Amino acid sequence: MSTTLTMRGEFAGELPAKPETETVPVKPAKEKTMETHANPATQAAAVATANPLGEMLSNAMRAVLPPVLGVLLLVGIWYVATLKGGSIPGPVVVWQAAAELFADPFYNNGPNDQGIGWNVLASLERVGLGFGLAALVGIPLGFMLGRFAFLSAMINPIISLLRPVSPLAWLPIGLLVFQKADPAATWTIFICSIWPMIMNTAQGVQRVPQDYLNVARVLDLSEWKVVTKILFPAVLPYMLTGIRLSIGTAWLVIVAAEMLTGGVGIGFWVWDEWNNLKVEHIIIAIFIIGIVGLILEQALILLAKKLTKESS
Amino acid sequence: MEKFVQIENVGQTFDTKKGKFVALRDIHLTLKQGEFVALIGHSGCGKSTLLNLIAGLTKPTTGVLLCDGREIAGPGPERAVVFQNHSLLPWLTCFENIYLAVERVFSQKEGKAKLKARTQAAIELVGLAHAAHKYPHEISGGMKQRVGIARALSMEPKVLLMDEPFGALDALTRAKLQDELMKICEKTQATVVMVTHDVDEAVLLSDRIVMMTNGPAATIGEILEVNLPRPRARLELAHDPAYIDCRAAVLEFLYEKQAHVEKQAA
Repeated sequence: MSTTLTMRGEFAGELPAKPETETVPVKPAKEKTMETHANPATQAAAVATANPLGEMLSNAMRAVLPPVLGVLLLVGIWYVATLKGGSIPGPVVVWQAAAELFADPFYNNGPNDQGIGWNVLASLERVGLGFGLAALVGIPLGFMLGRFAFLSAMINPIISLLRPVSPLAWLPIGLLVFQKADPAATWTIFICSIWPMIMNTAQGVQRVPQDYLNVARVLDLSEWKVVTKILFPAVLPYMLTGIRLSIGTAWLVIVAAEMLTGGVGIGFWVWDEWNNLKVEHIIIAIFIIGIVGLILEQALILLAKKLTKESS
Repeated sequence: MEKFVQIENVGQTFDTKKGKFVALRDIHLTLKQGEFVALIGHSGCGKSTLLNLIAGLTKPTTGVLLCDGREIAGPGPERAVVFQNHSLLPWLTCFENIYLAVERVFSQKEGKAKLKARTQAAIELVGLAHAAHKYPHEISGGMKQRVGIARALSMEPKVLLMDEPFGALDALTRAKLQDELMKICEKTQATVVMVTHDVDEAVLLSDRIVMMTNGPAATIGEILEVNLPRPRARLELAHDPAYIDCRAAVLEFLYEKQAHVEKQAA
């Protein structure tokens, strides 16, 4: 109801053709300006579409212009800095290399020479697996820590001790236990993405408003109903924040982990190109890593918005 | 039934950083079935504390509370609470909020269709059938409070406990809901305990008004019988001598006998 009201308010001037709105008094004035035209109705429609379109365009300009300028500035500085030559290639060289690289992103010449597409996908797969396992363990654990003070007091010191440890310090342990590079990298991702999920979920559970818990107590709901109808929806926004932080860290760590473990993956690819001294490829990799990280983050923000809108 | 809810020698003490704080002492009160009782007093007099005790949300330090012959050991759906701030779950529609309560109380004996019919009946009772599938943030404060009342009534509680249910509403909405509540109580013959600080509300709605002394260590000061015939009409009562007397008695208690709140608290 309230949304339709504001809609009317905003477009009151542009919708003279609609009879039952508050715009009726405006109508004569609008028609006066259109006297010269044969068909006032089509003219009115044209006015209605032209104005919002113009507004949309100027809005889009305002949203797009600053970031585009920023990127142009960065490329400009890069161009000027590399004009005199040196070991860092300029934007033009990198652009040409990128065009060549992305012409065939999915070639496969054996395990040590695959297209850039395969490398990115391999990294994403490791992140997905490690992150998924971390979510499976971390979210329920976070719920329990938030719900039971004793458990929280028991586990929290351990978390405080282990959380500041660089995930890469866990890589040798992974290598030792799994005897293989691939699961060791996944293990590293698991360890680094589990902390934010535990902490945020637990915090969310502790911050469930007392009002909702009182409702649960007065209704004497079963523990299952409390979890599904009250705790889970109330904690969801916190959980999604944890997930977003986790996936950011996981994507940061995978590059470093793959540099150490080798195989197929964007991190290993960076290292390989360093050994081949193809610096332009390293710069391309930096952009790819940045863009993929950005997409992951934005996708999760979108998901969070959608889910919390439904639940609030 | 003469003694439906019994409160015997109840006291409540809280442990605070500054030591023990006595909130309530020596509370004796019995409620008849179908009776409407208002708890009134200055803020901090422990009226909400007493309501929470009846709800079972807190346990008394001394004394005992009985409901329908059984000791009140904890919260339960036979003593439904209408909270001051409605406390609807924001991720459920009005219908689902009520259904959650209905399901809890009746799902063992009744099928889904019957549960839905009960929910629908509760929402119609408060005149909100048109808003059944809206979310709490889409409706007004008065409507939310009505859903809260519908949720409480849908459980067919033995006692309905209301903690300043209309305190956050504007005067016109409050009057409308008071009228609705009177109709509902007549229809359902509910036993109601309502915490309020509104003298007119207390006199209009109650059979008895329990007036509490100022805290700390608050207790029941006086109990006023409101002998006005039902159904009561707000406008006619305004000139009714009995109504005016009751109102005067409560005002006198609050502002003469229990005045100087600040001095006592300091």
